[in-house]
Amino acid sequence: MTGYMGSYATVLAILVVGIGLVALMLGGNWLLRPARPTPEKQLTYECGVDPVGEGWAQTHVRYYVFAYLYVVFAVDAVFLFPWATVFAVLGWVSVIEMAIFVGFIAIGLVYAWRRGVLTWT
Amino acid sequence: MTVDLPTPSTLGPSTLGPSTLGPGAVAAPKPVRFLLNWGRRYSLWVFNFGLACCAIEFIATSMARHDFIRLGVIPFAPGPRQADLMVVSGTVTDKMAPAVKRLYEQMPEPKYVISFGSCANCGGPYWDSYCVTKGVDQVIPVDVYVPGCPPRPEALLQGIVKLQEKIAGESMVERYAEPRSVASLTEPTLAPPESP
Repeated sequence: MTGYMGSYATVLAILVVGIGLVALMLGGNWLLRPARPTPEKQLTYECGVDPVGEGWAQTHVRYYVFAYLYVVFAVDAVFLFPWATVFAVLGWVSVIEMAIFVGFIAIGLVYAWRRGVLTWT
Repeated sequence: MTVDLPTPSTLGPSTLGPSTLGPGAVAAPKPVRFLLNWGRRYSLWVFNFGLACCAIEFIATSMARHDFIRLGVIPFAPGPRQADLMVVSGTVTDKMAPAVKRLYEQMPEPKYVISFGSCANCGGPYWDSYCVTKGVDQVIPVDVYVPGCPPRPEALLQGIVKLQEKIAGESMVERYAEPRSVASLTEPTLAPPESP
């Protein structure tokens, strides 16, 4: 298991073991299980009441703006949290740098606000 | 005068095709069947159908003092689809009965039911009510009845032990055989002799 192609042999071995394990479990299940098909088993589980609607659900396309804004702030948090643990070591320069970074995002948010993105028209 | 006594319901026929048992379970020799029953017996994922005060006693049984997890009863089934055992604890009303029936049907095979408390057994103190089902066994088949109003947690532990004894002696082949025809139940065991 050494060398360039050898490392791929490891991947292949894991793949074979994985497929084998799943086949063993599903096969064992098939060998031992009782089956008693009834219409209730095919029904959506909704705590015993009649299911409402179908499995296919759609979301309004307008939500994409909120999704974008969420991504922006999620990335913001990815930078802020590691920085918060070490900023005492880095000193005030890093605080100013981070303030510039957050300031840019804030300007973007203000821009989005001015464009009326945050209000539901 | 005929008396219309309620008859306990049994596991009905499967309506979307025949009831089947895996070939391994059919061909399994006795020691393997014992082992399979043993596994079934001590991993009863339970689903609490809590309908009244008996549910509190059920919860008390699942807590540290009585702790039925030591018997292999695991109260973390997210829903009936992951459960082996349903404990009907409380008053089943005629309005709730279809939901009890449906959730029981949604449980995977093989499944077991404990009727916990007087209300679930027979209607209990509400035997005279216009809206209370006189026992959950009119809707679904029940394996073990635990009496009491409400029963103490020790009573549920006893009921679980009784159910485990029942599972230990259970035959999957008999349980999942197709139900006998009505004619076969009334026909004589011996054919009458040929008249000379």
